[in-house]
This record gives sequence, structure tokens and C-alpha cells, in this order.
Amino acid sequence: MTLCIKNARHLESSVDILVHDGHIVTMTPTGHQPLPDGCTVVDATGLIVMPSAIDAHVHLREPGQEYKEDIDSGLTAAAHGGFGAVMCMANTKPVNDSAGITRFMLDRARTSHPQGPRLYPVAAATIGLQGEELAPLAELKDAGCVAISNDGRPLASAEIVRRVMEYGADLNLRLIDHCEDPDLARGWRMHEGVTSGLLGVKGQPACGEAIQAMRDIMLSEYLHIPVHIAHVSAALTVDCLAWAKARGVQVTAETCPHYLLLDETALEGYNTQAKVSPPLRTTADREALRRAVKEGIIDILVTDHAPHAAHEKEGTLDEAPNGFTGLDMAISLTWGLVRDNILTEADMHRLWSRRPGEIFGLPYNTFNPGDPADFFLLDPEATWIPGPDTLYSKSHNTPFLGWELHGRVKHHWIAGQQLF
Amino acid sequence: MTNDTAYQWRHKDLLDVTQLETTDTLHLLDVAASFQEINNRPVKKVPTLKGKTVVLFFVENSTRTKTSFDVAGKRLSADTFALAKTGSSINKGESLKDTGLTLQAMSPDIIVIRHPSSGAAQFLADLLPCSIVNGGDGWHAHPTQALLDCYTLRQTWNGQFANRTLLILGDIAHSRVARSNMHLLHMLGVKLRMCAPRTLLPAGIDHWPVEVESDLATAVRDVDAVMCLRLQLERQQAGLLPDLAEYSRRYCLGRQHLRLAKPGVKILHPGPMNRGLEISNDIADDPACLVLNQVAAGVATRMAILYLLATRGNGGHA
Repeated sequence: MTLCIKNARHLESSVDILVHDGHIVTMTPTGHQPLPDGCTVVDATGLIVMPSAIDAHVHLREPGQEYKEDIDSGLTAAAHGGFGAVMCMANTKPVNDSAGITRFMLDRARTSHPQGPRLYPVAAATIGLQGEELAPLAELKDAGCVAISNDGRPLASAEIVRRVMEYGADLNLRLIDHCEDPDLARGWRMHEGVTSGLLGVKGQPACGEAIQAMRDIMLSEYLHIPVHIAHVSAALTVDCLAWAKARGVQVTAETCPHYLLLDETALEGYNTQAKVSPPLRTTADREALRRAVKEGIIDILVTDHAPHAAHEKEGTLDEAPNGFTGLDMAISLTWGLVRDNILTEADMHRLWSRRPGEIFGLPYNTFNPGDPADFFLLDPEATWIPGPDTLYSKSHNTPFLGWELHGRVKHHWIAGQQLF
Repeated sequence: MTNDTAYQWRHKDLLDVTQLETTDTLHLLDVAASFQEINNRPVKKVPTLKGKTVVLFFVENSTRTKTSFDVAGKRLSADTFALAKTGSSINKGESLKDTGLTLQAMSPDIIVIRHPSSGAAQFLADLLPCSIVNGGDGWHAHPTQALLDCYTLRQTWNGQFANRTLLILGDIAHSRVARSNMHLLHMLGVKLRMCAPRTLLPAGIDHWPVEVESDLATAVRDVDAVMCLRLQLERQQAGLLPDLAEYSRRYCLGRQHLRLAKPGVKILHPGPMNRGLEISNDIADDPACLVLNQVAAGVATRMAILYLLATRGNGGHA
């Protein structure tokens, strides 16, 4: 069966897209080609077509913490948020440090979302994320893991980081490293700066992230092995990345929409909904990150979707866990940056689809013949307010609750199959 | 009491001094001065808050603040109840939200909370309709201490705060007393200086309206008063200090420092004092040391706070 998306907006022009057998056949200017007989036509007038996003950093909480999220609800939020693929981190209970856990995750995804979004588990770097013994990475790769990370439990030992990178390199698995010096960050609740000083809250300095990023960069250069820096939050880390890239180091990096939109002042009033790891930093950091994603110093955007139940965020900053949900809102938030002329539509394709696909070796759609027919239609004028009635994730721990967002994913196809 | 009849206390809670205007502060201190007289009577009790309930919810150890609130409440004839961490449901893992809702269900008029987490008082104030008094939250704020310090200094300085300089000495980083005093005394026009080793200074202090000086002999020069802070012994264990003897050598306020200050310099300390560590033994016993005045001021100030909160929106009548 052939599908035709007519009159869709794509990078400022109007296009028709032909899809057959799960792949793109052509994308041509509207009216340029006659429609084949018997094809299903979708009129996308007024809507923008974008490649399905790939989120290289999510926490879906299954197995073990299904009260926060499970693979079914997480993939539902992903689908409605415009994500065709998500890479789920290993800090589940038990930790994804064995093939059995990876296979369980993949089974859950296949059962609940046979048409996608696709789930790509990330292997724990070390057993139990303890930072001591390497996890069986070959077994984990064979079971379906596409990268390695100790996310949530930053690796203190440069020696362990080195061995994970080396062992992973043989398997063509890249380390996604959560960079945070554990001593400089001991007991932290937020960014260490003017706001933490006035609130009387223990902070962590931005240099704690940059110090570990620089460690990884130096190991990467020395070993000639690529490394990926997770959720960059600090301008200083951006400077390290720029220096490394200029030297030809094979380092890639990600950041999240919230670091492009918020700063430490979101914590004022002890707002636990703004507590996240790494923490929201200063406006200068935010501006540096905006430039870095624009210039490609930071390669990709991720959500770091980290659901928590409502009661867990109801308390003091000392008690509340770190993290925001993101899958439902990330594309709308990024579209907001396009509306504000900070990014472009083409930047969105690069940051959310092409570069994550390239870095982690996942299929992605550039609307060229033969590409996977993974795309969504965005209503650029739609406005909506994140809240319990509009979010698909089980949890609603986001600082963007109640914001008026512009742009919403209206329809989504994965491998040519319409999800909604 | 103030003659300003237009003035109306409008605050449901007292969470930090940053919520107060100068007029609020001076009014509160006036009310406190009027209650001070009750504390000197043979029968130290008035019926002002009869039938009002004050819960003392102290999740962190405290002797003087808790006792001070208890005495303040009782002298105004309020019923005061203490709830401590030990032996309570907090030890059984109950959340602050649930403890707060449980207390509210008993219809208190005021809850005084002392809690190790910064922001805990704000959390309860947002959650509960009754009045919340912050009796100290983490490193954040201790508004009643700042107000009683302000009361003490106002008496000492005959109401003149302008052109006065106060030195706050010690562990500023972890001190709610320092933060609240900084805000309040700055608002009243006092010039502030802070002195501590850099490991005990908070992030962003360069944005505070204070002069920072790491050398005590320099910092104390020409000040009108010195506020010593208590050094928590765990700061040394956390690696912020080499050892207590070295701390004492550099930062213990002694007679030799006072000679560099203005004549008539006064010493304050929120207590409990570590004699010989942050304040020398003879200074602690010197008439210039106002620690006991602070304790007396604490009762009067807390009476004023309970009174203003309990009678708010009531034309000032209980």
C-alpha cells in the first residue's frame, strides 16, 4: 500500500511525500508528481513534516519502578511527542547489566508497541552501576544494547572509564558518560552559585562537570576511541568540547531543552519541580548552550526523561529526587526555540534525528528515497498547556507544567504505519 | 506600641525577614518592647492569646529557641504543644506533608517549625492555612533570631542603625543566622562585614551587600558590634578546616581584637557558645557581651511575633 502526505511544509516549501512498504519513495514539491492510483492520501496543509525524533537518553523505569513509568507508558509518551526511537538508560531495578534484563525490556516494547516507537536499551557500564566491575558488554550488545552508560551514578575512576571505553570500542559501543565529579558534587541539591548561596542549599559547581568531561576527552584522544558526553549543562564544558573538537578528538555531546530554557532561578521558592541532575545553571550557561547546539559543538538534543511520582516531588529540596519528564514536551519546547529564532527547522532535524542516528548507528529519516518512513506532522500554530490531561507519561514532574507551549505533534508514522 | 494607626500587619507567616518591610520590622520591635515589660512583672502572664494554640514542631535539636517560643506563648496565655522528632511519626518515615496535614487537622493557630532542610517552613506555609513561623530551616533563614538580634542592637544603639558597622564572624556558609541578619540589618541601614576562612563562605557572597575580609584583625577594625557564630564541629570533619586549634588561633574573638574596634563595641552570639573556639572565655563574660540580653529579647520578640500572627486581620485584637 502506498501513502501520500500532500501539501506538507518542509523547510519553508510545500511538499508531497510518497511512502511505500515502510520507506520513503520520494519527497517532491507539491503537485510535481501525479499520485499513484489507489494510494491513501493525507492532506497536511498547514502542518510541518519532520523526521521522527531519536531520543538518546531516557529513563523508562521498567523493570522495578513501574509506579513512575513503564515501557508502555513511556513509549506512548514518546509516540505522541514525536519520537520514533528512544534509548533507555540502565538504572532500572534491577540494573540493565545482563542480557536477561535487556531482553525483558525489548519484549515489553514489542508487546506494547509493535509498530514503535523503537526501544534501544543502553547497557550498564559496570555491574549494578557500582563503578567497579565491567558489565558483560558483549552479552548486552548481543541482546540488543546500542551504547554503554553508567548514567545516574557518575564514574569516579578514570581507570574504569578507560577500560569501559576500550572494551566497548571492540564492540562498537560508545560510552555515554554522565560527567560529575563525585567529591565536588557531594550532597548537592542544585547549581552552586548566587541562588544556592541565598537559599542556603548545597550546590555543585559547574567545573565538576567540566573536569570529568575533560578527563573523558583526554582519554578519548589518547585511546583514539569516541566518547559521548551526556546532558551538558555548563558553559565550561562547552569550552572543553570546542577545544577537543578543534583538536580532532572524537567526542560528541548532548544537552536537553530545559538547559536551553531555564536557569538556577527556577529553584527559587524551593521549587522541587526544578531539581534535576545536572542542575539548571546560570543564564550565561544557558546562552553558551544555545550557541553550542546552534554551532554543533553540542551534537544532539535529548530529553533525559526522568519520571517521578507526584508524592516524591512533594517535599523539600533535600528529599525530592532529581529529574524532569520530557518526552511529551521536547518537540514543542524546541519548536518554541525555532519560533524565537534561536534554532531553525533544519537545526531540529539535525539535533533530534540525523546526528543521534549517525552517532549511535540507528536508522533515521532524511526524506531521501529508501529512508525509513518515520515522520510526524507538527501543527506549528497549535498551543497547549502541559498538565495531567495533556501528558501521556505516567508522571508529571516537569517545570513546564502550566506553560503555554506552541506547536504540537498531530500525527505520527513509524515505518509507514500511522500511530495516531 | 506604635502610634501609626494606619499600619496593619498583613503576613500569614513569618518565613524570612526578606518578606518584611522596614515598617513591619519597626512595628514588630515596638510590639516586642511593649511585651518586654510583662516579662519584668511579678505575674508574667497576660490573657492576650487565651484559646490560641501554638505547636512547636522541632525536627532539629534546639533548646533555647524552643524554650523561648514556649515561654513566649505561655506568657500570652496561648496553649503550646511540643512535637519533637524523637518519638514522633517523623522517625517512622512520615513525610513532612503528612505530618503537616496531621497537625493542621488539630486546628492550631500557629506552627513554629525548626527543620534541617532549607525551605521546609516555606513548604508548610504553602500547604497549610494556619500561620507558620520559621524557627530555623537548614542554612536558609532564622528570622526570629535576626529580629531578636535587631531588637538587642536597637536598644544598645538607641534606635540608630545608620552609620553603624556590624561584623559577622564565623561559619557564614552554613549559617541561617548570618543570612537572616544580613538581610534585615542591611535593610535597616547597618553596614555589614563578614569574616571567615574562604571554606566557610557561601557561593555568591560577592553579590551580597557585605564587605568580606578573611583576616580578623583587619575585619574588626572600627566596627560597632561583632556577631560571633557557633562553629559546628562537623565542619572540621568535612574537611573545611585543618583543625580546631588553628581555627581558634585565626578566628577566636579575643580582647586584642576588641581594642581595634570602636570604643564601646558590643558582642553578640546566637548561642550556644563554644568558649575558646569562636569566642574567648573572658570576652564571653565581659559586660560588652550581650548574649543574655539576646535571650531576654528573644522572649519579647517571639511574643510579638505570635501576637501579630494570631491577631492578624483582627484589628490587632485577640
